[in-house]
Amino acid sequence: MSLRILIVAEERSAYFLTRRLVAAGHEVVVIHETETVCRSLARRLKATIIHGEATDPRVLEDAGAGSADAVMALTPVDARNLAICQQARLRFQVPRALAVANDPDNEEVFRKLGAEIAFSPTRVLATLVEQRASFADITNLIPVADGRVHLTEVKLSPAAPVIGRQLKDAGLPTGAVVAYLLRDDQPLVPHGKTELLAGDRLMLVTLPGNHAPALEALTARTPGG
Amino acid sequence: MSSRNGHLVVVVGCGRLGALLASRLSLRGMEVVVIDHHEGAFEDLSPDFSGFRVAGDATELAVPRKARVGDASAVIVTTRDDNTNMMVAQVAKQVLGVRQAVARVFDPAREAIYHGLDIETVCPTTLAADVALERLSVSLAATREETR
Repeated sequence: MSLRILIVAEERSAYFLTRRLVAAGHEVVVIHETETVCRSLARRLKATIIHGEATDPRVLEDAGAGSADAVMALTPVDARNLAICQQARLRFQVPRALAVANDPDNEEVFRKLGAEIAFSPTRVLATLVEQRASFADITNLIPVADGRVHLTEVKLSPAAPVIGRQLKDAGLPTGAVVAYLLRDDQPLVPHGKTELLAGDRLMLVTLPGNHAPALEALTARTPGG
Repeated sequence: MSSRNGHLVVVVGCGRLGALLASRLSLRGMEVVVIDHHEGAFEDLSPDFSGFRVAGDATELAVPRKARVGDASAVIVTTRDDNTNMMVAQVAKQVLGVRQAVARVFDPAREAIYHGLDIETVCPTTLAADVALERLSVSLAATREETR
């Protein structure tokens, strides 16, 4: 389905986003307040470029907001992004409005105040970094027997999917074995009915073929992904 | 800090209008907090101003929270930027729960959509035009009287 999308963003984001949306068959209108930027975008894009301040309802009208399917407000100024979305939604009844919240606290605020979708690149980046960092709960990856067997220590976070389950119900693939576990610094040889608890450190023995599915069963994460 | 007469008013923007409002409210015995992102702006407050000053960007949720907007009976937003004023007034009202939020909006064309949002707006452009027209019609009427 081809959509008619209004974009308000800095030159570079406007360019790359529009290029992609146009390639996907959408009709794009870019609004920018600087004339030189508009000329440059017009040369490089198969899109309608409107010169003006997008929070001004007259400019939105010129840009055809009345017939737009969506508006995307991606500028570095939160108050501007909110104003764009509100004008588009409340005055022109644009069905979808997406705003960037530069301050992560404003994500919630924007959703409350009428940007249908609000997201904070800062929060997205922070989450990515945290996810990466929490891979540290999978450590000591040692290939033994010429790399045919892996020894991995996995620390179970409170969010791990196997917490409270018995080891036999943890969904480990055949051939993946928990050799022992450390609970409160006490080593313990688990059996099928051992209940897994948050904070347990499992010494996992795997083969190359079942290494990734075993880690995924324990942590719900795909290693390296 | 406890209210002197139970009324806390937060003024956002300490330009000419903001500084004047904050100084007058303070003079009337109200507890006033004034927010501006430039510390230097507070120099425009009258020497008698006895309220609090908070330096920071009021569109960052943490800043109005620090200024106790949630406890205020009113917030008046007076910066030079319409978008900022509308956003801060809405956040004060809908998110932080202030009783009354008043925003200065320069462009009358933008004002319309906010009337449905429980925000009061003051448009200096419209006010100045109204006053100018009123004066003009008075003096025109007087001239007509004279020439009659």
